[in-house]
Amino acid sequence: MWDEAVLVAGKDLRIEWRSKVALGQLVPFSLLVLVLFAFALDPERGVLSRVASGLYWVAVLFSTTLAVQRAFSIESADGARDALRLSGLRPASVFVGKAAAIGAQLLVLEFVLGIGIVVLYSLDVAGWPLLAATAVAATLCLASAGTLYGALAAGVRARESLLPLLFLPVVAPVLIGATEAFEAALGGVESEGWPWCGFLVLLGLVYTLLGAQLFGSILEES
Amino acid sequence: MTHVGYVAVGWLATLGTLGSYAMISIRRGKTLSRQVPPEERRWS
Amino acid sequence: MSITSLAADDGTSSRGTRVLGILTLVGTAAVAYLGLVATGPDVIQRDSVRLIYVHVPMVSVMYVPVAICSIASLLWLRKRSDGWDALAVAAAEVATVFVGLGLVTGAIWGRPTWGVYWTWDARLTSTAMLFILLLGYLTMRRLPDERSVRTKRAAVVGLLLIPNAIIVKFSVDWWLTLHQDATITRADAQIEGLQQFTLILSVVVGYLGMAWLMVHRFRIAWLESRIEDRGLDLAIAERRAEGDTLVATGGDQ
Repeated sequence: MWDEAVLVAGKDLRIEWRSKVALGQLVPFSLLVLVLFAFALDPERGVLSRVASGLYWVAVLFSTTLAVQRAFSIESADGARDALRLSGLRPASVFVGKAAAIGAQLLVLEFVLGIGIVVLYSLDVAGWPLLAATAVAATLCLASAGTLYGALAAGVRARESLLPLLFLPVVAPVLIGATEAFEAALGGVESEGWPWCGFLVLLGLVYTLLGAQLFGSILEES
Repeated sequence: MTHVGYVAVGWLATLGTLGSYAMISIRRGKTLSRQVPPEERRWS
Repeated sequence: MSITSLAADDGTSSRGTRVLGILTLVGTAAVAYLGLVATGPDVIQRDSVRLIYVHVPMVSVMYVPVAICSIASLLWLRKRSDGWDALAVAAAEVATVFVGLGLVTGAIWGRPTWGVYWTWDARLTSTAMLFILLLGYLTMRRLPDERSVRTKRAAVVGLLLIPNAIIVKFSVDWWLTLHQDATITRADAQIEGLQQFTLILSVVVGYLGMAWLMVHRFRIAWLESRIEDRGLDLAIAERRAEGDTLVATGGDQ
């Protein structure tokens, strides 16, 4: 099962590497979101550094929606989805593979965005382990939930508005948890942040298990 | 009564919405059941 | 539509629903009389307390259809029979109505009582998220063009309603206990005597009304799936008839 997943992930990542569409759009888009917030909020009175964690994760969330839409739009060309179904790959493997590819893209995005926000919002970075662990855990949640709901919205008309409608309430807890953990890390009170990180890990495992289980039903026919 | 406006709007909105939903459901039920022979309707 | 035609034998009514309906109507009248006339105003909230007799039933009853939708979706995925699918969509629609009314009545009650239509407390926030989750389910039931795709994907979304609602509720509760003083959280009014009786009665009537709506809505969904099936059968019969005439006239062109 893992070989199959690696196969699928490799395919998706290779497509992305060749076309550079996702990263070419996601990184500038999320940086733009950060810049726009800086215009909208008052940069002088320290508002930005106080809300930085939340804004960071909102930007990541928006980008996740785009990344997921992209990941499934590549399947709609040339009957790729039928080919995927007929290939005999297990649905759970396809799920894990696609989620891993999305997750990898998100991790790169989060890294670049992290540098961007530290620079743009003049943040003092502290609590590295918690920040890194939270980012990985949150990415696990976003990638698995995103793959599941992306598959549900794939091939449906008005999917650009359907996916956020389905997806955002599901990942609101991820936003809460990741922001709380980040704020704890940046604020020097890491002990308050680790429980949230643990919550995200648990959530990620739940979404992954559910997604792998349900993916078969979604892939069954068009 | 104090806050008469709020009480009125709250009660009317609730009963109005539920009542309309009920009426619409009954009407739709009648229209649909005319298209289906009685053996498919196993409740009356 | 006359009253007699409303009570006529066709449609989605049955003896059970007629009894249920009458009980609901009588109960509603009783709650209205007690809530608006017989009981007195609250010491602190004065007459705005009368809104709890519509608000509390909504927010108490709404969880049941949500749960029914989720469980019916799971059972449809297991058994693939139309009845479970009809139950799921009926439950989701009824749930959406109740959750929506819960939010609206909560806002209307909140304004005179606490001065604000909305606040980000744990219960309101979770309820709003539940509303969005249900809207997502209903949208999923309308958008895809093929019936099999629609049913299958909606079932997955429906199944996930319970886990998502629980996760959202848990995380919002935890998050807001960290950030809100206990004094801001909504403490329910101290009620007793006739007010308490009216409140309990209103919740019971709420359940009766919800049950009535669910049975009717389920039967509507059931009829719709029957009609769609017959439409398919009709189309297949027509195609076959076409094929026969082609054979009779000597091959296709």
